[in-house]
Amino acid sequence: MSILVIAEHDNSSLKQATLSVVAAAKAIGGDIDVLVAGENVGAVAEAAAKADGVAKVLVADNAAYGHFLGENLGDLVAELGKGYSHILAAAGTTGKDFMPRVAALLDVAQVSDIIRVESEDTFVRPIYAGNAIATVKASDSIKVVTVRPTGFDPVAAEGGSASVEQLDIVKDAGLSSFVSEQKAESDRPDLASAGIVISGGRGMQNGENFKMLEQVADLLGAGMGASRAAVDAGFVPNDMQVGQTGKIVAPQLYIAVGISGAIQHLAGMSDSKVIVAINKDEEAPIFQVADYGLVADLFEAVPQLEEELKKVL
Amino acid sequence: MKVLVAVKRVIDYNVKVRVKPDNTGVDLANVKMAMNPFCEIAVEEAVRLKEKGVASEIVVVSIGPKACQEQIRTALALGADRGIHIEADEEVQSLDAAKLLKAVVEKEEPKLVILGKQSIDSDNNQTGQMLAALTGMGQGTFASEVVVDGEKVNVTREVDGGLMTLSLNLPAVVTTDLRLNEPRYASLPNIMKAKKKPLDTMSPADLGVEIASRLSTLKVEAPAARSAGVKVADVAELVDKLKNEAKVI
Repeated sequence: MSILVIAEHDNSSLKQATLSVVAAAKAIGGDIDVLVAGENVGAVAEAAAKADGVAKVLVADNAAYGHFLGENLGDLVAELGKGYSHILAAAGTTGKDFMPRVAALLDVAQVSDIIRVESEDTFVRPIYAGNAIATVKASDSIKVVTVRPTGFDPVAAEGGSASVEQLDIVKDAGLSSFVSEQKAESDRPDLASAGIVISGGRGMQNGENFKMLEQVADLLGAGMGASRAAVDAGFVPNDMQVGQTGKIVAPQLYIAVGISGAIQHLAGMSDSKVIVAINKDEEAPIFQVADYGLVADLFEAVPQLEEELKKVL
Repeated sequence: MKVLVAVKRVIDYNVKVRVKPDNTGVDLANVKMAMNPFCEIAVEEAVRLKEKGVASEIVVVSIGPKACQEQIRTALALGADRGIHIEADEEVQSLDAAKLLKAVVEKEEPKLVILGKQSIDSDNNQTGQMLAALTGMGQGTFASEVVVDGEKVNVTREVDGGLMTLSLNLPAVVTTDLRLNEPRYASLPNIMKAKKKPLDTMSPADLGVEIASRLSTLKVEAPAARSAGVKVADVAELVDKLKNEAKVI
């Protein structure tokens, strides 16, 4: 078997999610090649070549791939992927965008968002917002699979020495073009890979109050998240949303502040190792999944938390 | 311009999902069904485009058993002009759904196809992208803003790390994210009027598509339950537990 892993990156650095996808590829078993498609991606390719378990890194370096347009990536990966038994990518917004195109172009099904590998053709994935876990078997000759990174411990980032091969395949479908982007600038750890995440919900009341959480996040070196309610209300940007349709996180510690715990939110964080809930409503469903629950007014509890953490950290 | 909207009948957003005791699937007997929330957003966006004078006709299509006609009627009550029901009693997986929709696109020749980004039952997030690939159209997935400008459409997408705006040639496929709009409710007079709007029924065979399951579900289980932990009295106790018991800070 031979597996093609599509690297997730931002043209300058390799995302940790890629290492989790390589781990999923190792669980399937076989030769693992990694495709780095983007623009000026030399450093990304170098990093991918060092990842444990990678045989070969294929590099498609062209302006056509610089913004990860789904049409162009789809055409590229569908052409390259014909020679593989499996094509894997992280189930982030890039992988979710181009991978179904790859599957359709190859006339095969896609298995989305797997959390476990049972065998080369059988995978485990959550459905119904994680309220049910399905084991599915794919019968097509090429398996197109997106991987939920939190389901797989990343392989070591160092130690490998894969060969690097430059590809000369340029796919520019001419169907779409990049106009602009608004990137959330933050020095905090990436939400999806942070060891600690602190999230705020509707109970925060406004965006200004999230500053309280930021101070705690900075003390803990935590990533910042939010419930859908807080994002819909405009308190914080969309990329902070944790849940069924937002980001899926599984940190060592998840602190939910002013979040009631709708099932759609729980779908995005219930695999966290330790969950803390701070909410003034003791009936809030979040307490049913929290290891430590504090029934309190967050506007008193969060500043106290900051003070107490300063004492012990 | 003509807009095609695809809608799916799914378990209602508020229903607590239960796995069947024999682990063959989720119990849907006597469960409230509704239009998939992302599809409601797709219908709303099409209706707004019509209200702005951008869209001239909205065709709504759904694939599934006869009961799907309820969701088509809902879309008609919200402002769609006519419906197409592709009747299929067996499970239709994403790739076949995309092939059926492609056949509809070839007949109807819409300028814009709007779908929800995912359905809340299978959580696949595939059909729109597959349809775009099969029809050779560009795609604006996870849209939070859609602006039609002549022969182009600008789509702002919710992506990891922020927002990205793309310009797509028309015809194009757009899939909706949560913040594209807030769907309206259908008024009673519009619900009555919707009953008289045209609704065509066809079979996959009429569209030249053979339904083939490529993915078989071997079993469906309930997730490992997480048990509730302890309530702490105050912040000091919380920090103590995190440091000395859970050892996570």
